[in-house]
Amino acid sequence: MAAQHRQLTGYRRPNGAVGIRNHVVVLPVDDLSNAVCEAVSKTIPGLLALPHHYGRLQFGEDLELTFRTLIGTGANPNVAAVVVVGIEPNWTARVVEGIAKTGKPVTGFSIEGNGDLHTHEKAARVLAQFMQDASEVQREPVEAGELMMSIKCGESDTTSGLGSCPTTSEVVDRWVAAGGTVLFGETTELTGGEHFIAERCVDDDVRKKFQTMFDNYLDLVERQGANLMGSQPTQGNIAGGLSTIEEKAMGNIAKTGTVPVVDALGPAEAPTRKGLNFMDTSSAAAECITLMAAAGAVIHLFPTGQGNIIGNPIEPVIKLTANPRTAVRMSEHMDLDVSTLLRRACTLDQAGDQLMEVVNRTVNGRLTCAESLGHREFVITKLYPSA
Amino acid sequence: MSVSDGRTPGFLAHREGDSVAVAVVDLPAGPADGGYLHGSGSLKVELVEPVPLGHKFALRDIEAGADVVEYGARVAIATKGIRKGEHVHVHNVRSARWQHSIVS
Repeated sequence: MAAQHRQLTGYRRPNGAVGIRNHVVVLPVDDLSNAVCEAVSKTIPGLLALPHHYGRLQFGEDLELTFRTLIGTGANPNVAAVVVVGIEPNWTARVVEGIAKTGKPVTGFSIEGNGDLHTHEKAARVLAQFMQDASEVQREPVEAGELMMSIKCGESDTTSGLGSCPTTSEVVDRWVAAGGTVLFGETTELTGGEHFIAERCVDDDVRKKFQTMFDNYLDLVERQGANLMGSQPTQGNIAGGLSTIEEKAMGNIAKTGTVPVVDALGPAEAPTRKGLNFMDTSSAAAECITLMAAAGAVIHLFPTGQGNIIGNPIEPVIKLTANPRTAVRMSEHMDLDVSTLLRRACTLDQAGDQLMEVVNRTVNGRLTCAESLGHREFVITKLYPSA
Repeated sequence: MSVSDGRTPGFLAHREGDSVAVAVVDLPAGPADGGYLHGSGSLKVELVEPVPLGHKFALRDIEAGADVVEYGARVAIATKGIRKGEHVHVHNVRSARWQHSIVS
């Protein structure tokens, strides 16, 4: 258990939230603004551009979710400062104002009436200053309970349920015991085991919120005349030995620890309660982690069986597998090999210690495999077509 | 689960009472030894066919239409009779939730 007592360090932001990375971000409001954001990121080395496909002619809840995702991404404590670029001034200002509530440095530019090149120069001048200022922000001692964790598995197989998910579960319980907050989601991948989650909800209000989110998601699937055949489980899941959605769900749930579920959150909604929070999300890895990072999660645990390679630009993603083939054939993607569990060469408690050690080193600055390989999947969840 | 007595299992079942277990190495047809992830005790099964790493097989006979139990929970329904030691996958089980989720 010595691993748990290592001193953790992080970046404390003006609003008190604690991050483990110190990114300066140039954030497009819409697809049209990707080009200048990516160009500026080449002008100013070390800058992080977050191109995406949406932000035009969205309306209603879908538009609100995009705003919540963009604002939440800029507000994430792993981000030191942000320049927001949009085609139009109004929506740009709304994203800037949302991020500004954290007290961190943020400025916006709109392209309409200015053009890419003028915008490029103005953004680059501000970002150069932000980069220099961020370089002076010091790490300081922090507690695990101050760091928001998220969990989601992918390319699962039966080794996930036997090894990598129970190992994650160990860390979830320890993180919550230390006063921390953990997010899990993947609404459709609870199918067949959703009653186990409902039973773990702290009270009837949370249980009702969870059940409504679950029912609505399944209704959405069924309204498309689909039953997710061929999609849940995926072909990769089936090749790995998973036969049904219920079996996949039980493996998924095996990573959520034994602690109560304290709240059920909408997508990208920041939690207000410490402990294990459910978030209503897609089970697609990039969409799910983007939403969790937008809710403020700063470190992600990702158990995999057949070998998902996901990363996120602002939230480090730690991958672990218990599949001995994946551990060897995809070693550059795996931060931890717990295939020893399948050989019964270690206990779950020992595997939990190993994962805590990787978590602690990642918190303190060690790059994850996904970070070192440049995986920066940033995907906005779209609820329906734009107008 | 406890660190074993030095023997490496060929398969693991999640809980006592489960009707299926998972091969943790590629298993040939014939006798196989295993244990439980949660729980002590060892298991012996005569496999009637090879079972690849990560795939399941029956720990006891399962009648057509009966629940398939893993993690101590129903994870599937048998679409045909399955003998003890037989490979269990999409060719002989289906989801109980999505009634037509049999991959053809």
